[in-house]
Amino acid sequence: MNPTWNAVRAGLSRGWIEYRQSLTTPSDLFTILLVTGGFLAAMILTRNTHVPGTHFSLGTTMLVSVLGLNIGVNGLATMGGLLAAEREDGTLLRAKAIPNGMLGYLLGKVVNVSGQMVLAVGTTLIAGTLLFGGLAIGRPGAWLTLIWVLVLGLLATLPLGAVLGSLFPSARSAGLMTLVLGGLAAISGIFYPITHLPAFLQWIGQVFPMYWLALGMRSALLPNAMAAVEIGHSWRHLATFGVLSAWAAAGLVLAPVVLRRMARRESGSNVAARREKAMQRI
Amino acid sequence: MSDVLDVRDLRMRYGKTDVLRGVNLAARRGEVLALLGPNGAGKTTTIEILEGFRMRSAGEVSVLGTDPAHGGEAWRARTGVVLQSWRDHAKWKVRELLIHLGRYYAPYSTADVKRPWDVDDLIETVGLTEHARKRVRNLSGGQRRRLDVAIGIVGRPELLFLDEPTAGFDPEARRDFHDLVHRLSDREETTILLTTHDLDEAERLADRILILSGGTIIADGSADELSRRMSGQSEVRWSRDGQRFVHAADNATAFVRDLFRQYGESVEDLEVRRASLEDTYMTLVRQAEHSVARRLTAVAA
Repeated sequence: MNPTWNAVRAGLSRGWIEYRQSLTTPSDLFTILLVTGGFLAAMILTRNTHVPGTHFSLGTTMLVSVLGLNIGVNGLATMGGLLAAEREDGTLLRAKAIPNGMLGYLLGKVVNVSGQMVLAVGTTLIAGTLLFGGLAIGRPGAWLTLIWVLVLGLLATLPLGAVLGSLFPSARSAGLMTLVLGGLAAISGIFYPITHLPAFLQWIGQVFPMYWLALGMRSALLPNAMAAVEIGHSWRHLATFGVLSAWAAAGLVLAPVVLRRMARRESGSNVAARREKAMQRI
Repeated sequence: MSDVLDVRDLRMRYGKTDVLRGVNLAARRGEVLALLGPNGAGKTTTIEILEGFRMRSAGEVSVLGTDPAHGGEAWRARTGVVLQSWRDHAKWKVRELLIHLGRYYAPYSTADVKRPWDVDDLIETVGLTEHARKRVRNLSGGQRRRLDVAIGIVGRPELLFLDEPTAGFDPEARRDFHDLVHRLSDREETTILLTTHDLDEAERLADRILILSGGTIIADGSADELSRRMSGQSEVRWSRDGQRFVHAADNATAFVRDLFRQYGESVEDLEVRRASLEDTYMTLVRQAEHSVARRLTAVAA
């Protein structure tokens, strides 16, 4: 039995177990429902508002953009937050103490977070389709685009999320990441077309993956005519592919280096020190 | 056969502070070693270097024939580390977690050592059978520590590290744990290195006791050998005419002979107690601290 292959299989099953656990933990389920419900409420409220310059529903556009947001938030904040929390509580040290444990741990995390991402995208999409019309889901190209944006989105955000999670000193400070992502969402054209923002904010928004994830989702699920209100009056598939690939490449190069450095520093006394510190705060 | 542990002149320096200044120790297969010492003596640092979790500043270290700084995954599979859990794996069920963590060891099974440990046997061994299907977060503190031990030995390690294993154990859990350590070292021939503050525990468990103070090993031997080193310090208690007496004697036998010659049958309730491990420990650590203080004063002067 090859030890690496064995750890890969253990990691896949670890991810599946953790995914199942979060689906059977009431508090986790409640969070998912609350977030999805919140977005749906915002969409329902803006259902009859039109995207400026069109007769298309702003709520439907937001629904589609939120799918992109889901990918970004899960890949960055959920991944990063879990990693920071589990380094703090010693899960990572346990992984380090067993042969090929880190490989299994990380793979498990990727499976679990991807699963949560697909769940978030799926529930939003299904609830949105039932509540609103106007999505161009009949085209076969729609699903193809949706899938490549989703997969590239995973690659662009998960390694980056892992890097961020390793850099934050504690689970609590990793919570900041959610705030930053909220701000980023505001300038990424998720809730309102980005073309209505000042030019410099448009530029900042276009540096990060969030904008491109949302754009990719809009290109997949909105009628082609809606490209008219985007920057350059186009879905810019090539640019989407390029920017997301660049982030994926950066993450995949950085992640092994940063994760290895972080893992090397873990020891029982580090975990004990963090436990003391966390206890004092309570 | 080469030693399971062989450490020579191990040094560790943080910034300008020398935490370890030349530690030497060795362990044979199946031996149980207890590392004692005051807080800040470098016990945890030593054990973390041997576990491969910390880089040393200098010295030669061989653990299972390999330098732990470069120990690969196959080496890792032969060691076990008992970590103090906090809130990790809270949603996992006990049995499910042990099966999962055990899987990683399967490729390292040999003809001699079948890895991992059979999960139900392991759960029974650490006394968690009734709680096997509970989620980890619903375990009591003592049950969690039993689980920590189970995780540490799930891969049937040849060498097991235990850093203050019984902190927070009730007396029954402590006794069970001691039985387990004996079983591991006798039947499985596991070599065990443990740190503890409990001298009674060290005496009961360890074949050999090492006292670490001021960054070096100041004593190395069985509990008996150590107290014999301090044999001058026996305590004699007796009573005569309803009055109780205590005397610290250099040569207890001679003292008692004298006592009987003088008072004959009026001596009652006689007790002679050799210095306990605690007395020995306190004396040795104090001596070491004095000599460090003297050295520092000499340097300052």
